[in-house]
Amino acid sequence: MNTDRKPALRLENIVKTFPGVRALDDVSFEVFPGEVHALMGENGAGKSTLMKVLGGIHQPDEGRIFVEEAEAVMTTPLHAKARGVMFIHQELSLAEELSVAENVYLGELPRKSLGRVDWATLYANTDEILKRLKVGFTARTRVGDLSIANQQMVEIARALTVDAKVVIFDEPTASLTDAEKVVLFEVIAGLQAEGVGIVYISHRMEEIFKITDRISVLRDGEYRGTLVTSETNEDEITQMMIGRSLDLSRRTARGEVGKTALRVEGLSCGSLFQDISFDVRQGEVVGFYGLVGAGRTEIAETLFGLRTPSAGKIFLKDEELRIHSPIEAIRHGISLVPESRKEQGLVLGMNCRDNITLPQVSDLVAGPFVSDGAEVAIFDQYRDRLEIKTPSWRSAVGNLSGGNQQKIVIGKWLAMRPEVLIVDEPTRGIDVGSKSEIHNLLRDLAARGFAVIVISSEMPEVLHVSDRIVAMYQGRVMRIFDAEEVTEDSLIQAISGIENGKVA
Amino acid sequence: MKNDRLGKFAGVLARQGILVAFILFMIGFSLWNARFISVENVFGVVRSSAILGVMALGVTFVVIGGNLDLSVGSLMSFSAIVVLDLHENPAFGPALAIPAMFAMTMAIGALNGFLVGYLRLNSLIVTLGMLSAIHGLTLTYSGGQNMDIANQEATWFGIFGRGTALGIPIPVLIFAGLAAVLAILLAKTPFGRKVYAVGGNEVAATFSGIPRARVVFFTYLISSFCVATAGLIQASRTMGAQNTVGQGLELEVLAAVILGGASLLGGSGTVFKTVIGVLILGFIQNGLLLAGLEFYVQFVVTWIIIILAVWLDIAAKRGRLWSPIA
Amino acid sequence: MQRMNTTDLIKGGAIWGFIVLELVFFSVAGSFWSLSESAFMDFDNMLLLLKQSAPIGIIAVGMTIIMINGNIDLSVGATFALSAVVMLDSMNWPIMAGLGDWAIPVAWLLALLTGAVLGFINGIIVWKTGVDAFIVTLGSMLGFRGLVFMYNGENPTFHLNWTMVDIAEWDALGVETPALVLIAVVVVAWLIMTRTVHGRNAYAIGNNREAAVNAGLRVGPHMLINFVIIGTLAALSAVAFYSASGSVNPNDGMLFELWAITAVVLGGTKLTGGSGSIIGTFGGVIAIQLLRKGLGHIGADTETVNLVIGSILIAVLFLDRQLNRKGQEELKV
Repeated sequence: MNTDRKPALRLENIVKTFPGVRALDDVSFEVFPGEVHALMGENGAGKSTLMKVLGGIHQPDEGRIFVEEAEAVMTTPLHAKARGVMFIHQELSLAEELSVAENVYLGELPRKSLGRVDWATLYANTDEILKRLKVGFTARTRVGDLSIANQQMVEIARALTVDAKVVIFDEPTASLTDAEKVVLFEVIAGLQAEGVGIVYISHRMEEIFKITDRISVLRDGEYRGTLVTSETNEDEITQMMIGRSLDLSRRTARGEVGKTALRVEGLSCGSLFQDISFDVRQGEVVGFYGLVGAGRTEIAETLFGLRTPSAGKIFLKDEELRIHSPIEAIRHGISLVPESRKEQGLVLGMNCRDNITLPQVSDLVAGPFVSDGAEVAIFDQYRDRLEIKTPSWRSAVGNLSGGNQQKIVIGKWLAMRPEVLIVDEPTRGIDVGSKSEIHNLLRDLAARGFAVIVISSEMPEVLHVSDRIVAMYQGRVMRIFDAEEVTEDSLIQAISGIENGKVA
Repeated sequence: MKNDRLGKFAGVLARQGILVAFILFMIGFSLWNARFISVENVFGVVRSSAILGVMALGVTFVVIGGNLDLSVGSLMSFSAIVVLDLHENPAFGPALAIPAMFAMTMAIGALNGFLVGYLRLNSLIVTLGMLSAIHGLTLTYSGGQNMDIANQEATWFGIFGRGTALGIPIPVLIFAGLAAVLAILLAKTPFGRKVYAVGGNEVAATFSGIPRARVVFFTYLISSFCVATAGLIQASRTMGAQNTVGQGLELEVLAAVILGGASLLGGSGTVFKTVIGVLILGFIQNGLLLAGLEFYVQFVVTWIIIILAVWLDIAAKRGRLWSPIA
Repeated sequence: MQRMNTTDLIKGGAIWGFIVLELVFFSVAGSFWSLSESAFMDFDNMLLLLKQSAPIGIIAVGMTIIMINGNIDLSVGATFALSAVVMLDSMNWPIMAGLGDWAIPVAWLLALLTGAVLGFINGIIVWKTGVDAFIVTLGSMLGFRGLVFMYNGENPTFHLNWTMVDIAEWDALGVETPALVLIAVVVVAWLIMTRTVHGRNAYAIGNNREAAVNAGLRVGPHMLINFVIIGTLAALSAVAFYSASGSVNPNDGMLFELWAITAVVLGGTKLTGGSGSIIGTFGGVIAIQLLRKGLGHIGADTETVNLVIGSILIAVLFLDRQLNRKGQEELKV
């Protein structure tokens, strides 16, 4: 990092208000060429609003933006692009039916006469950029045929089409495997070496400490300050983000473990996973850890009746089950808090109460009608127990924060009084404060005798909540660890396919 | 406090915008022409809206469930033709013709429901195909001929379209009764809740153990039941029908449902709002006729009103009048 | 470079396979049941088929562009009728009488202009209000039809000009004007959609509108242009058809939107936008017309055409879904 040079990007007292909300309040910081500058804050702290201001989608009410010390007024995404401010979006922003080249130059296809596309130039330019990124696909590949990680490379290639001064990465590792992350970090280092200023948004502390030079923190739209990464620690950042410190240490001792609630023997589903065997006892949390695509979510979906297994047996309390649909799974006492809250967990347009009672609405009846009283009673019970913050049961769940939404989904399944509760990525996209609340909740459920399965891609989370950990690699169980014996190294080796020091 | 109340009032206004517009429209027209609001005229309007209205009730279920039904117009032609033909068939007569027609119409509705619900085919295209197929079926059934009841004096079949009870036209009673029953079904029963859930987010509904396919199937069955009822009223009122009597109604019905505020994306709308949508269309038509304008002027007025209604609705939701599309 | 697996091949070639199947079936079946002496695959018969395909075909090409772009247009039938009314009525205007035969191109231009304006109205509403195109054009389908009636009441509009009829029935090597127009429209639209920046952007916007917005594409004006294109094509279809017939009823063109969408979907274009092809749509149009003629040829009631087309549309949808299944590993939602 070279602080003698003029900053690549400088924000000066940015203020942005929406009706009733001060989304950004006096935000100022600068990013130097060749610097990786982390932007942190809880969900709702104003990061995405700030991104939209930088991207020309929103205009600030007050304050100024400078790119290489020249004031930049940006009213459309094109302005931002013209100034060399590029984005790598969290949710991939690609047209899957089109070729890589057409996506890289989306909005700026080279033209010949009569509005024709200059394909030769398009492919040549794109291939040149792809060469810089050292990827294994070509400009003519259809984007829909690429893996998620490679699609992200297409997004990055897009940022390289212009002489980028600043590249903003918005949670780029959310759906990447560890190996893919390494490639991404190499690319970021390359940009850094070329003197590009990088803004890096992420919730993941280990990444922040690994690749960033400085960290700016937002809280409730307010700028809380900038720290030098090498001179700070997780606690300090967390405190700045949530205004208090947080206990992320290993969980307290294991509770009373009862009888086996669920036992799975040799379960397989085509190429997704093979020969899976494990059990979960009452009063314990079993964590499933592995890379994205290791087959963890698919196992959960199979247990919940959403996939048909090609082999294997499922026993609930020693009774063999055949589960063909979620309805049957629910009847047997298996509940699934799915991976994607908004797509699979909630009906966003419905109110909080109706979402919580949805799986059992047929049973909450007085005569042929839904009983209002019974429904509200259930809602009240779980609102209190899970400390769900909502103005009333009538509020649409779409208006709640991510943490509260997740609590609604968990409440929905607790209300079914399940034998086995499966929670897939319990804290994805949830801010730090709510995260620890949900962790405590999961421990508390085990203490009350529930059998809990937690699937997570975050190692601290798995280590924190689990009594035992199932390590998965490419659709197979590599090893089942006891919480007392597991080390980070052995866990990483197991999920990378390394068995007793040898690659499986 | 006062601001709070004002804000609440504005919120209600935004949510019930279409109802407010309807009331203002009624007051305006009544001031201009007192005949507009007379009992006689109101019954007249509701009676002439009844066929469209009954169909719209069923389509409301389909739309809230997240699908479309473009086959209702040609299915209505089918049921009118079938009931008239069976009425004339000595083996059936009116008493058997009606249940037989309901069974046949609902069998086709069940096919729609099977294709969209269980086979998960796109509802727009399925019902577009069914629109065409049912039209062909009707023509094949009737041999392309119009159907008429030969001896109109000798049958009680006319009561559904022409009769009155306590001074109220029977079609109005059928419309009102069906609306009440379906409103309760949608708003108060577990089935209704499931329709909203499936339409709001079918994946989340499936993950919550709701049988999506069965719920969608039943919305189409309800839709076809309503269509059969509409066909009965139509056949009974005119005692004769052309093969194309329902042609084009599918889009008018959809217009009424959308005017009532149901979203085409599914998951929102109510029976009551659909009734309002139907009445608005009916009263506009009536008001324009009373004003001495030709029937086709209503097409243009309806166009403007649909666009305005949907526009204001989404403008209220996004908090700005003009679309953010660059 | 393009990876083509069997599924893609089946999907891409399906419509042409279906057309061959139809030809074979009707030729063979026709030799048993045909009422006429002539063979089904007679050359003149095929030329006639092309001509008869023109009105829906030209509109279907526009519909393909609109649907690839992620929209839909239900008002094309009414636009078709209103453009025809303007064209034929304008020739009766006193001022046009003075132009002699020059009145013909002027009337055509007026018709095309009408279509373009109606398309513009749809497009600007979709752009500026953000209301879904389905609803906007559902409304204007009623509204434009109202305008047709308001123009001339419930009476037909007619004007017979023999020069115009001659032009409309002129042929090159037996291919008559409407068929030539259809072919020209197909070729031009195909070039636009595959070779030009506008065409590729149409795919991009239909495929992922938000991505297009983020990339700085001006989505609103882009969609507006496509609505103007489909309006103009609906008018062109009216020009090609009514120049010969010389008389238009206010109810003409009803359900054209549904026929056009049927042809487009048969041709493999997805309702969700982002994929589809003009050539596929051309195949869809031919397949439907072939079916009409074929059923007539073997003496089936014309009524059954609707039944068969409807069933085929659903069958195509079903097959498409089966081909896209991932087998046992699929998630059951």
